[in-house]
Amino acid sequence: MEVDKELLVRKIKDGTVIDHIPAGNALNVIKILGLPRGKENRMAIIMYTSSSKMKLKDIVKVEGLELTSREVNMISLIAPTATINIVRNYVVVKKERVKIPDYFEGIIKCSNPNCVSNLERETAIPKFRLVSKKPLILRCLYCERHTYREDILRQFGIGR
Amino acid sequence: MKGRDIISILDLSRKELLNIFKLASEIEDAPNVYRDELRGHVLALLFFEPSTRTMYSFQTAMARLGGYSLVFSDTSKTSIAKGETLGDTIRMFDGYADAIVIRHKIEGAAKYAADIAEAPVINAGDGTHHHPTQAIIDLYTIWKYRRRLEGLNIGVLGDLKYGRASTSFIYGVSLFKPNKLFLISPTELRLKEEVKSDLDKFGLDYIETTDLEGVIKDLDILYVTRIQKERFPDPAEYERVKGSYVVNMDLLRSARETLMVMHPLPRVDEISTDVDSSRYAYYFKQAKCGVPIRMAILKLIIKG
Repeated sequence: MEVDKELLVRKIKDGTVIDHIPAGNALNVIKILGLPRGKENRMAIIMYTSSSKMKLKDIVKVEGLELTSREVNMISLIAPTATINIVRNYVVVKKERVKIPDYFEGIIKCSNPNCVSNLERETAIPKFRLVSKKPLILRCLYCERHTYREDILRQFGIGR
Repeated sequence: MKGRDIISILDLSRKELLNIFKLASEIEDAPNVYRDELRGHVLALLFFEPSTRTMYSFQTAMARLGGYSLVFSDTSKTSIAKGETLGDTIRMFDGYADAIVIRHKIEGAAKYAADIAEAPVINAGDGTHHHPTQAIIDLYTIWKYRRRLEGLNIGVLGDLKYGRASTSFIYGVSLFKPNKLFLISPTELRLKEEVKSDLDKFGLDYIETTDLEGVIKDLDILYVTRIQKERFPDPAEYERVKGSYVVNMDLLRSARETLMVMHPLPRVDEISTDVDSSRYAYYFKQAKCGVPIRMAILKLIIKG
């Protein structure tokens, strides 16, 4: 991490640092992850900070939380450049780039209201295959309709 | 093919489709040979949406193979009216029948049923999505009367956006390398982006046009579909496009002599009745292919 951020926010002891979020998307990331979840999740949000890799970026630091693979998948849908750093006792013990998986199950809803996966009392769990990363296109495995990034943002209550 | 689900026509290969055509042709030639083929077998026909041709032709096909059909077509008289879920209904019929045919207004309902049922599931129409057995009948009609499916100039006319029969026909055609594929519709009713992206992936060229008169002279096949009022989310949209095209003898004056005019039926006014007695009319012959094709499919998925 660059020096200026060290000046802004101190290191966390145990938790997760989500770095390289596309600038302006930090608030979307915390909304999708449902953060903060309580007093134990102390958080720092850094927006529009300079980055050697991507000019400007956002960073989210969360104490007392290690992201699950499902949560990492959720982040990949709106912040595909993000890196996840798991911190234990001030040391980064695991660092990985989020990767948009080829298959999703149960994270987002199909954009087609007439799809069987949107019927409330049925047990059809929404399933998708990745069609394209840029632009983001997912294909429902039930109705085969495409769901786009804008649909996903809308589902999480993030208007564009 | 024993035990196979048929949710989309793309669940079948070109070779499997040709096998179905050959068996259907044998059945047409010697129906008595097959009259006990499925004796002792039970077919569940679950029609959550109204149907005439599809339901009765499946029922007839099963009867002509010596089997029995459980017909479920009026949900007001069944436990659906008591609030039973689709999943539970499928589980119940899965315990009774050797195969399940389902029609539902919800897209993906047949795939969902296939995920639940152990018995093979045949999609008889799910919303605006797929209607594979209709497309198999359509392709068989061309194969039967034209003796080939490759290299033809095919026009698909009408509601290409909401029409499940036209979507399945287009997917079916894609397996047989047409020479030219014309997609003729009002701009509002063009093929869904999802289907277009599949055609692009298959490397199949198509021409989208609104001009039926401009392309009629080039066609070997004209597949006409009804603009279906019941599929439109917005009635105003239906009012704008209804009656966009009428195929009549006047239009067909510039057509090739061998043009086949097809329609999955029911028709309303998109083919005028003066065409019925002409050399171009294949839609009633096409409807007659429904029973032998469905007999062939049932035999292959229930017995192999």
